[in-house]
Amino acid sequence: MASTTDTAPPGPAAPGAPAPPVPDDPATLKVVPARHHARWVAAAAVAVLVAQFTHGLATNPVWEWHVFRDYVLSETIVQAVWVTLQLTAYATVLGFLLGTVLAFMRLSRSPVLQTVAWTYIWIFRSIPMIVQLVFWFNLSALYDRLGFGIPFGPVFWSVDSNSIIGTIGAAVIGLTLHQAAYAAEIVRGGVLAVDEGQLQAAAALGIPRLRQIRRIVLPQAMRAILPTAGNEIIGLLKGTSVVYVMSIGELFYQVQVIYGRNGRVIPLLLVATAWYVVLTSLLSVAQYYVERRYARGADRTPPPTPLQRVRRFVRTLRTAAAQRHRPVVPFKPLGDIR
Amino acid sequence: MSDVMVDVRGVHKSFGPLEVLRGVDLRVRAGEVTVVLGPSGSGKSTLLRTINHLEKVNRGWISIDGELIGYRRSGNRLHELKEKDVLKQRTHIGFVFQNFNLFPHLTVLDNLVEAPVAALRRPRKEALETARRLLARVGLADKADAYPRQLSGGQQQRVAIARALALEPKVLLFDEPTSALDPELVGEVLDVIKDLARTGTTMIVVTHEIGFAREVADTVVFMDGGVVVEQGPPSAVLDEPQHERTRAFLSKVL
Repeated sequence: MASTTDTAPPGPAAPGAPAPPVPDDPATLKVVPARHHARWVAAAAVAVLVAQFTHGLATNPVWEWHVFRDYVLSETIVQAVWVTLQLTAYATVLGFLLGTVLAFMRLSRSPVLQTVAWTYIWIFRSIPMIVQLVFWFNLSALYDRLGFGIPFGPVFWSVDSNSIIGTIGAAVIGLTLHQAAYAAEIVRGGVLAVDEGQLQAAAALGIPRLRQIRRIVLPQAMRAILPTAGNEIIGLLKGTSVVYVMSIGELFYQVQVIYGRNGRVIPLLLVATAWYVVLTSLLSVAQYYVERRYARGADRTPPPTPLQRVRRFVRTLRTAAAQRHRPVVPFKPLGDIR
Repeated sequence: MSDVMVDVRGVHKSFGPLEVLRGVDLRVRAGEVTVVLGPSGSGKSTLLRTINHLEKVNRGWISIDGELIGYRRSGNRLHELKEKDVLKQRTHIGFVFQNFNLFPHLTVLDNLVEAPVAALRRPRKEALETARRLLARVGLADKADAYPRQLSGGQQQRVAIARALALEPKVLLFDEPTSALDPELVGEVLDVIKDLARTGTTMIVVTHEIGFAREVADTVVFMDGGVVVEQGPPSAVLDEPQHERTRAFLSKVL
């Protein structure tokens, strides 16, 4: 425990013992750091567990790392990753566009728009994504032709619904509609987090309504939107794996096809895992920089990026080496937790 | 009375059951400074916000330079204007908020350029020149590229005044412009407003700074309970108030 090992401040000494002379100059007092024994024990225990697990990863033959190596960069898998990325990108962009429209419908003064948006969000949050996807897959059973015409009147032009939508189209529509319901609430939360005074100032300056939203409200709302939106996009990336039910050649479907053929289940699941981890990491890095961009003006002095920190650390090392001193600036890749 | 810039007639405003303004009449002449005093809850700020139609009135009307605000009159009917047209009218009315309400994600310069470009469709280059000139006028030429949060409260309010001036409004409305400031920063903001008064800008200032009212105001208006209790030159209202409520208020703040 830290409290038992803390250095006692210079003051009354233990009774009986002769009081040590207290130096007058504070600069001559030596500070003894507290020792954290329990922390060391816990760290050692965790280190052993991690070592055991890593050892298992490397030595357990079931992982079949050579199979992993054969497949991880194979053409089939890379192509499947590309499909996964496309599904994610389309559903993200379209989902957030539709979500933003829905969010402003819910925030509008029109009770009709409010109700429609609310109902949409209610329905699409209620339906499991997989159920919705199968619905879209069977769209042609529901509406075999799609066309333009007068509502409830004659139709001027129509096509076979399967021919224009196709399987990938159905998957994108399904993912988008699902995503839009969540995106709407995220965007709405962000907009509500913007100070009321900002809209009043924009209104008082006569800035047109759409421009108020695009230039004043949304950039500030982004600060609140981005952390949750990052979660959603990463969730969506992994969520695309459910479209395997529609036999679309995305990552998880392709992996299943391969292990169905050769029976190497574990290493192929590892292949999928590795790719999902890599893609998620890339998204996380992107999120960091996008968040930083939208934080402009929010801090008096913006914190340096990890890259800037590394450079600064290297610089300090160099000067320290030149002066034959130990570096004085500790390396903190992610900065102090605030 | 052709030189009346702001004309407020019989304005009533309620928030639910609470009647905040109960028939306010006010006339401000071009180039004059009107200071509105009164206890909190007297309706001063609400009156100011009805003048640029941030609040709709329930009864009465307001005109600026002869133009009805928020409505179009045909015969005996007042047609409510669309938001687009109200926004256009507001470009003639500068408004300075108690809490500055600068756009924190834009630089000081972009704060000043935004409305002239977006609302008046000025070329950006021209708007930038005006912005730099106005920043120099409020003594902040060197802060053009700073973000609002990097400035002190007094500096932020001076930027907010410059932002309002960038639209070259016919009248400037100040809603307690120094109430959110530390005492030592009040002076720099009041100095900017005094400078504007000297150059003949029409202004309505809601404030608690009695000294400022005495020095700058052409007319002092005392409001209480949603009505104008008395108005006149500062020497009359501040030194020889006719009304008991004015005397009671002044004895508390002086």
